[in-house]
Amino acid sequence: MIPAGFEYARAGSVDEAVSLLGRDEDAKLLAGGHSLIPLMRLRFTRPSLLVDIGRLEGLRYVRDDGDRIAVGALTRHAELVRDPLLARHCALIGEAAATIGDPQVRHRGTIGGSLAHGDPASDLATIVLTLDAELVVHGPGGDRTIPAAAFFAGMFETALAPQEVLTEIRVPKVPSGTYLKVERRGQDWATVGVAAARVDGRVQVGLTSMGATPLRARGVEKALAGGASAAEAAAHAAEGAMPPSDVVGSSEYRAHLAEVLVRRALEQL
Amino acid sequence: MTRIALTVNGSRVEENVEPRQLLVYFLRDRLGLKGTNVGCDTSSCGACTVLLDGESVKSCTVFAVQADGCEVTTVEGLAEGDELHPVQQAFHEQHALQCGYCTPGFVMATVSLLKEHPDPSEEEIRAGLEGNLCRCTGYHNIVRAVQAAARAGA
Amino acid sequence: MSILGNRVLRKEDPRFLRGEGRYVENLPLEGALAVTFVRSLLAHARIDGVDATAAATLPNVQVFTGADVDAGPFGPPPFPGLNPGMGRPLVATDVVRFVGDIVAIVVSEDRATGVDAAELVSVDYDPLPAVVSPQDAAKDEVLLYPEVGTNVACRSGSPEHDEKLFDGCDVVVSGTLVSPRMAPCPLEPRSAAAEVGPDGRVTAWLSTQTPHQDRMVLAGTLGLDPAQVRVVAPDVGGGFGAKMLNPEEVLLVWLARRLGRPVRWTETRSESMVALPHGRAQRLDYTIGGTRDGKVLAYRLDVLQDSGAYPVLGAFLPNLTALMASGVYAIPRIEFEGRSVVTNTTPISAFRGAGRPEASQTIERALDAFAAELELDPVEVRRRNFIPADAFPHTTVTHAAYDSGDYEGALDLVLRSAGYEELRDEQRRRREQGEATQLGIGISCYVEITNGIAETEFGEVEITPDGGAIVRTGSFSHGQGHETTFAMIAAEQLGLPIEKVTVHKGDTDEIAKGTGTYGSKSTQIGGMAARLAADEVVEHAKELVGDYLEASPADIVLDPALGRLHVAGDPSQAISWADLAVRASADDRLAELKASHEFKAVPTFPFGAHVAVVEVDTETGRVELRRLVAVDDAGTLINPLVAEGQVHGGIATGVAQALYEHVVYDDDGNPMTSTFVGYAFPSAADLPSWETVEMETPTPVNALGAKGIGESGTIGATPAVHNAVVDALAPFGVRHVDMPANGENVWRALEEART
Repeated sequence: MIPAGFEYARAGSVDEAVSLLGRDEDAKLLAGGHSLIPLMRLRFTRPSLLVDIGRLEGLRYVRDDGDRIAVGALTRHAELVRDPLLARHCALIGEAAATIGDPQVRHRGTIGGSLAHGDPASDLATIVLTLDAELVVHGPGGDRTIPAAAFFAGMFETALAPQEVLTEIRVPKVPSGTYLKVERRGQDWATVGVAAARVDGRVQVGLTSMGATPLRARGVEKALAGGASAAEAAAHAAEGAMPPSDVVGSSEYRAHLAEVLVRRALEQL
Repeated sequence: MTRIALTVNGSRVEENVEPRQLLVYFLRDRLGLKGTNVGCDTSSCGACTVLLDGESVKSCTVFAVQADGCEVTTVEGLAEGDELHPVQQAFHEQHALQCGYCTPGFVMATVSLLKEHPDPSEEEIRAGLEGNLCRCTGYHNIVRAVQAAARAGA
Repeated sequence: MSILGNRVLRKEDPRFLRGEGRYVENLPLEGALAVTFVRSLLAHARIDGVDATAAATLPNVQVFTGADVDAGPFGPPPFPGLNPGMGRPLVATDVVRFVGDIVAIVVSEDRATGVDAAELVSVDYDPLPAVVSPQDAAKDEVLLYPEVGTNVACRSGSPEHDEKLFDGCDVVVSGTLVSPRMAPCPLEPRSAAAEVGPDGRVTAWLSTQTPHQDRMVLAGTLGLDPAQVRVVAPDVGGGFGAKMLNPEEVLLVWLARRLGRPVRWTETRSESMVALPHGRAQRLDYTIGGTRDGKVLAYRLDVLQDSGAYPVLGAFLPNLTALMASGVYAIPRIEFEGRSVVTNTTPISAFRGAGRPEASQTIERALDAFAAELELDPVEVRRRNFIPADAFPHTTVTHAAYDSGDYEGALDLVLRSAGYEELRDEQRRRREQGEATQLGIGISCYVEITNGIAETEFGEVEITPDGGAIVRTGSFSHGQGHETTFAMIAAEQLGLPIEKVTVHKGDTDEIAKGTGTYGSKSTQIGGMAARLAADEVVEHAKELVGDYLEASPADIVLDPALGRLHVAGDPSQAISWADLAVRASADDRLAELKASHEFKAVPTFPFGAHVAVVEVDTETGRVELRRLVAVDDAGTLINPLVAEGQVHGGIATGVAQALYEHVVYDDDGNPMTSTFVGYAFPSAADLPSWETVEMETPTPVNALGAKGIGESGTIGATPAVHNAVVDALAPFGVRHVDMPANGENVWRALEEART
């Protein structure tokens, strides 16, 4: 379908983007557009102004920053998949990015766009939550850093203030990690996804599509910290989660999948 | 209206567009390039696949204004006069099309796939074409066509 | 050397490969207005009012409601037994009966404005309770047509149950198979355009499978003389049975006449997912009984067909299910009852297989269930019940007159090709090891009816001034390759190279008559009509050549290898088609080298056997199809390359129903799978390559020896895959899994068996 009409402005810098966002409370950022444009085509959303930040090449990078890898928000999924720094220091990012959509989508979709959208079905959102990544945002007051645990507020809701732009994602250097995803078909969103990684010596587990936001499986983590085996810990997978019921899967099935995938992910770690 | 300037199939194009005009409609309706098709409204089917700066993208999920300053290649830009592009030739020889509606999208996705994976396994081909749907062929001959095109060094 | 039977590359490919496909959406139409339909978002409601004032404020927008449309109703089609009281207004006036029902029409200068305006049309609904499940509809509590008094649109068979039907059976097994609702999903959404010419005739360009039939329905619905209507079907991007006339196309023509301006419309995919008729949606209760050593004596089938809100062809399909109920088996006693009921959902029409997949899905499941009950090998049970190869022609108890078949031969071939014994060994090994990923092996043996309503097809052949030939066919290929296959048939008869034979189709002004393409009938009746027309042209050519060579036509022969005619025994004075055309033109006799033929024949019955191999992750329930080995015998194949392509596509659709696709409604009739995100249409990443095995048992029904093949792959594949999943889960006590046998449904079956 054809989207509703909107005003369009191209930002030449992050500051300009911030300022343009301030112009209109129904303004939205346009990066790769692969979260936003599908919603606009179905007229589920009709922003009055699109602020295009897609040309801010300065936000496309992957850098070694000491104990963290810094990823520019406009880095595309396909770039995450093939980046050698990420492959070496935080392979989970590229592994999860490789499962997103299809090649055409991965050529355009950006990590920043995926995270800022606040979709509980976002694979990268689960990864950054599992890794306790830091999200750097730029707003009218300057920069601030939001820990991933505080970033995802609700279904399609993040901690981003109306004029803030996500600029960088800082992920720890993590030696091993696994992302397991079950979908009905290859190009589908996850029915359930499970990420497991050792961060600062602790095993951390994240869940995709098990609630209104990506979730940490705290029950699993606590059990593991208490010496539980993979299978024992996995029994806590759905604790505290309210998995949705939809055509892709019922909440009971999702809860079951979470348990199976958590156990498998832990066994693979 | 916003003015955009881009290269389409090697030719420079300058037009005023409404921001909400998707690239696929710009190509079809403004430039008369009807080869790129619209098959869905959820970026699922890939019938609209073109190359944007050499990479396959779904032109239904890109606004024309986003393609400003870019190079776009559509299916019409592949053949050299009477001579089909090796991917097109492979699709023909392997009977990889029936109704033809999904075909331009598959051809462009294949061109991009082979650029990134010149010698793909069957599994890589199938995964590489995950974003393109076909109802007629059952995909079998499309996979054969990609394999043939890879062998021909496409 | 005969061209028939060769893998000839398709003549029609270049334009599609180059992006020059002539789909309706691509056709230039000067000054055409854009049409957008406003559709109901409620499944069942009274319409209290339609307010177009806000919409009409947009520039050059006009809005039409049901009150404006002085034409219709649309349908129901005149199938025997179909309730005539369930017609559909072209635009809903008093009541909407499904989400997607048309409630208003917006006409605008451009499409974007049309979408904007359509959003502004405000409809005042008074909601009514919706009935979504056919079982609920059958209770006749919530009625879609109160004045008709029932939701039953059509009955077939007999409600009488013979209590003695299962006498003599040592074992009787009952079960239910639901053949889930599917959406046809042609990649090209429907598109239509219409224009009234200066002479008052209207031309409609339609994305359809049936241009000639559409012309008659258009004329009938709008009260026009058919001679005043021209339908042009250019290139059509897939149909699968769904693209036959629907209200939208009628409304386009109505608008063109009303406005005196050309109009055009292309549906969006989400629109297509609710407005283009769906397929399948049958619930089949079966009972099968037989002796302890596996001989089936009796089979009862009770079919509940969901017709959707307005009954069309789908309501009639249980008759085909009944006809093919016993499949390849010699079952002496069969009882059938069919009821088609309306529900507040998208209408159901034909979809690749149309009533026959449901028959094969059920008999194959029933055979497996029967075998399981007897603890006999399902392969062995099939062997004990086949109609034997020497029994043809064979008329079944259901009155299907099978022409030729070798069912056991097909089974033997597919088992050999699949390496059946090795597969069972691997399955045994995994079961003994208690592996999490189990192997399932499923078998299906099927027979299907093609040219099922024994239609007549038109073919015309004409020699052109340069000595080539034009074939005009009433068939309408929308992917099936007739431009090549029919050219091959005519080229063979005329002795012309295929490059010199062009096939024309789709324009009712150019092609005198036709039925279109569906039901896997085109090669056998359209191909035959073209062949016979070509033969007649050859006879006429002999007359002309006889005149030129001063010989009796009876002494003239055609040398098909060289494409020349001469007196028998004296090839030195041969006249080629090119020379003949020149001479005949000079004498004003070229028109004699033209002939047409209408060919009618009884149905033919292709058959086959499929083996499916699945891996089931017993922890997640996920199923992966590893192999699908298919024997599909359609008699003589004119172009094996094209025929295989048809089988490949058919198999993919069959697998899709078994494992992936399902149109889902919530209890209020809201569609839950109306985009390609929700509806699980599989990609290449979700399917394996197919292993097709050749087998050709010609039919005596036509001179080509050809049966149809377009739907065979679908009919064979679904039961093979379904049976494979149940087979994988047998050690866990699972006897049945709902289709689609996806992770959720498999997990539920395992859970249920555990408790």
